[in-house]
Amino acid sequence: MTPIDLQEEQPTDVDRGPVLEARDLRVWYGTDRGPVRAVDGVSFALRRGEILGLVGESGCGKSTLGRGLLGLLPDGAARDGELRFDGRDMLALKPREQHAMRGRDLGMIFQEPLTRLNPLMRISEHFSETLKTHDKTISRAEIERRSLEALRTMGIPPTRFRAYPHEFSGGMRQRLMIALTLVLRPAFVVADEPTTALDVLVEAQIIRILHDLRRDYDTSLLLITHNLGIIAEACDRVAVMYAGEIVEIGEAREVFTRPRHPYTRELLRSTISLRTTGLNYIDGAPPDLVEPPAGCRFHPRCPDAMNICASRHPVDRDHGAGTRAACWATDLVQGLVTLDDHEAAPLPREEISVADEA
Amino acid sequence: MMWVLLTIVFFLLRVAPGDPVSAAVGGKLNEQALDARRAALGLDRPMIVQYLEYLGNVVHLDFGKTISDNRPVLDIIKDQGGATLTLTLGAFVFALVIGLPLGRLAGRYRDTPLDAGIRIFGVVSYAAPIFWVGIMLVLLVVKVFPGWPTNDIGSVVTKFTVQPKTHVLLLDAMLSGNQDAVLDILKHHVLPCLTLGLLLSGVIIRLVRVNVIQAMKGDYVEAARARGIPEGRVIRKHAFRNALVPVITVIGLQIALTLSGAVLTERTFNWPGLGTELVQYVTARDYIAVQGLVTFFAIIVVIVSVLVDILNALVDPRVRY
Repeated sequence: MTPIDLQEEQPTDVDRGPVLEARDLRVWYGTDRGPVRAVDGVSFALRRGEILGLVGESGCGKSTLGRGLLGLLPDGAARDGELRFDGRDMLALKPREQHAMRGRDLGMIFQEPLTRLNPLMRISEHFSETLKTHDKTISRAEIERRSLEALRTMGIPPTRFRAYPHEFSGGMRQRLMIALTLVLRPAFVVADEPTTALDVLVEAQIIRILHDLRRDYDTSLLLITHNLGIIAEACDRVAVMYAGEIVEIGEAREVFTRPRHPYTRELLRSTISLRTTGLNYIDGAPPDLVEPPAGCRFHPRCPDAMNICASRHPVDRDHGAGTRAACWATDLVQGLVTLDDHEAAPLPREEISVADEA
Repeated sequence: MMWVLLTIVFFLLRVAPGDPVSAAVGGKLNEQALDARRAALGLDRPMIVQYLEYLGNVVHLDFGKTISDNRPVLDIIKDQGGATLTLTLGAFVFALVIGLPLGRLAGRYRDTPLDAGIRIFGVVSYAAPIFWVGIMLVLLVVKVFPGWPTNDIGSVVTKFTVQPKTHVLLLDAMLSGNQDAVLDILKHHVLPCLTLGLLLSGVIIRLVRVNVIQAMKGDYVEAARARGIPEGRVIRKHAFRNALVPVITVIGLQIALTLSGAVLTERTFNWPGLGTELVQYVTARDYIAVQGLVTFFAIIVVIVSVLVDILNALVDPRVRY
């Protein structure tokens, strides 16, 4: 993969305000055991043309957050908090208005491209359906012009326009999905592990395409992945998610070179590369999101856990260089808080195992 | 397939107690006379010889002549087949008109009272005996429309005035331009077709419902929603169309159920079709007639299966490759 130079273009129009802003956003699923707090009080803002990476373990709420931003949630799920797109309060909109924004303003690229296209419809029908939905008066010639343009950007020859989905390979289908999302020129796109189902060469190609989106389409992107390499290659900023919360968010380089949160640090240590000499992993499993641990949700697995971590939830603080994190231990090291001796004492082992069982 | 069926029919008939001769004239003649008649029909020969001869004839599409009234089986099929054809086609129309929308509604509004009601309707219409459904419909219709025809394929007047050309009464009436006759025949079709159609619609409702539910979970359905496609269109163009692919296959296989249902429906409504004939010939232990008619039914099932495969290829582009 050719390294992508992050410095080549920076978002310029900060004055227009963030395209998407979430404040204390919560997405809960109702289950028989009680609500699953899949996304629990997440705050971030996304600038125009910015790519924000979202990493975390499986089941930490990444995909739920991505779908929650679009309102693509199953029955029995509820959103709360504040979510603004272009200054408009999304959660106050009627379902019909939200539906109309999907595709036109908010796009989504999915994980498994093979099954995301209707097998009975030609590619051309997918495009004309999508375009007609958002512009009732669009002409046939205009549909074809815009569709072919989107396909060309993705490197798909116009001769394939009337083909059926099963006639394409996995990588091509993901490019089709991207073209189908971008043909409407949404200002914000969620890409939910867009390369997980693809081989590495295709993966590099797709990441390059996503990285170039802001140049061609001025699109902001939330790139969900558990591949830290992709974040390093393609993202401006990165948010690290654990148990439904964003524990650290900042410039990708800064977070990767100087992680503030122990979870980010451990996650980076677990990455496998050619230089890896031993395998690192984080002990324990992600917590139950119906009854998450008290205090900091990471404390049962955290190597730096202190007594305070088990009782009081850490505060989301600015740690300089544009990075925010929520961790008592980092706060203490940076001198942002003063703790008494008991609070700052390492959390006894027994308590770790007890909390782990809970 | 066909051969297995022919063999089973052949031996099953001969295992059943009674034979054509004793069924026709048993008790009236003495044992020697009966044996002489059996010998004349070739029924005294070893069974394997009769079996091979029968297979040989079927290969040449020669179904033979009936034992009891000496009619060529092909003539029976020609003369009565038309009534069975219009009955089953009409039943399919009713089944689709009832089954597809109800199945789709039940699938879309899954686990609601509406869904429960439709499912109960589906199970009842599938499980209820045809003659009972038929009689209930007759009672109901006679109460609401006192003059509505409740048996036979057309009134006596219609049957006399329509010139037979194609062996399909409805088609003959249309060809002769006799509007009264067409209307009369169509009216006669309503109750039997509805009765048989209800049986089929039970199967279709359950099938469509399950497949719609399955298709609604499909990745492409979520992707379509993410593009802002209106929910109604998502259901219609994405979920429902994909749900229909397996439904077509299974509906095609239901042709066997339809034909067996047609036999009972014809008895209930005194319908002049193949089913009525078949029941009469079974009673008469007429080996040749029963073998011939069942073989014909089997051929129809095979032809329909081929048509279903072709239809599937038309609907699903993946099958064409």
